[in-house]
Amino acid sequence: MSSLPSSASTGKESGLRVPSNGKTIYHRPINRTKTSELSQASFAFLFSEMVAYAQKRVKGIQELEHKLNVQGHSIGIKLLDLLLYREPARTQLRPQNIVALLHFIKQNVWLHLFGRQADRLEKSTDAEKPDEYMIIDNEPLVNQYISVPREMSQLNCAAFVAGVVEGVCDGADFPARVTAHTVGEGEMWPGKTVFLVKFRSEVVEREAFLAKS
Amino acid sequence: MAASKASRIGEETRIDKVNAELVTLTYGTIVAQLCKDFEDDYPEVNRQLDKMGYNIGLRLIEDYLAKSNTMKRCSNFRETADMISRVGFKIFLNITPQVTNWTADNNSFSLVFDENPFADFVELPDDGRAQNELWYSNILCGVLRGALEMVQMQVEAHFISDVLRGNDTTEMRVTLIRYIDDELPPEDD
Repeated sequence: MSSLPSSASTGKESGLRVPSNGKTIYHRPINRTKTSELSQASFAFLFSEMVAYAQKRVKGIQELEHKLNVQGHSIGIKLLDLLLYREPARTQLRPQNIVALLHFIKQNVWLHLFGRQADRLEKSTDAEKPDEYMIIDNEPLVNQYISVPREMSQLNCAAFVAGVVEGVCDGADFPARVTAHTVGEGEMWPGKTVFLVKFRSEVVEREAFLAKS
Repeated sequence: MAASKASRIGEETRIDKVNAELVTLTYGTIVAQLCKDFEDDYPEVNRQLDKMGYNIGLRLIEDYLAKSNTMKRCSNFRETADMISRVGFKIFLNITPQVTNWTADNNSFSLVFDENPFADFVELPDDGRAQNELWYSNILCGVLRGALEMVQMQVEAHFISDVLRGNDTTEMRVTLIRYIDDELPPEDD
């Protein structure tokens, strides 16, 4: 760590070396790649390696889905801030209730990651489960090139996306558990996936309390 | 193939696209997970990334051949390098690294990356080691090794500098070891 350039411009004490032109991520416009595109094949290759790698280190399907979920989670937390930052100033508010949060996920998060909105939002009709909501994607992009072997039919690799959603919820201070479930709908949408969002009880309590006041 | 034609190939619109940041973030989470699993043993993370890349390369070559419409073999290693940069990287990462620093025997060259979508949003951990030990984009070396092996070229590829490490450029060295002869299937005795 001998050639430390002065970090006056960032005012940050850092032990990291930077290129002599001083260009670091702090100089890079955060919106530069906002709309850039890359080959879907590149994503599919990376994602399949990610799943294959995770599979080697776990014992069952549940553990595998958990591992994919964890990998998505850290993305979700950061994505919340990034996407809000990119909103026009007047809509930069963090979502303040469950419905606003889910709409933000269905619209902004999906649109950013997958180029389209999620297909539907639903609230559980079961009166016993006021904490459960569903985000529905008829054809998850991440699963497009994944074929699940029959003996693992429980597996839905969109657990990765569930992790992203969970990260967004946690980051917005609406802690939740999110899981992905295949609910194939005949010939039309064989890979239809429900992301089940189960908020923690205190989130639902808070919501009820705020509604009253 | 004429250079102008080669450079157009990667731009064809029939290639399905996704948001670039989805790819960047997914790659980031892969590297982060490896660092966690191997407790920041960065040389091991480099090896794992290379291995993943190799697996990708073995399959990616098919996609490359299908999408690039290149019907004929490259006549020499220089042409191979040119196609890697202008067609391969263009199709899969939408960048065209510069091919340079050839050795006199034309068996070894450098790819210099002005842009690297994988490294967007990335800063290496400030732990006094990552900048000396981790090659963040090492998966690319494996991809080249795997893909070229499928078209009968054994190569060795490694990074020699990376802006993430504080170097001024990001540069990968690619060396041809040998052309692999078509091997006859083992005979029954």
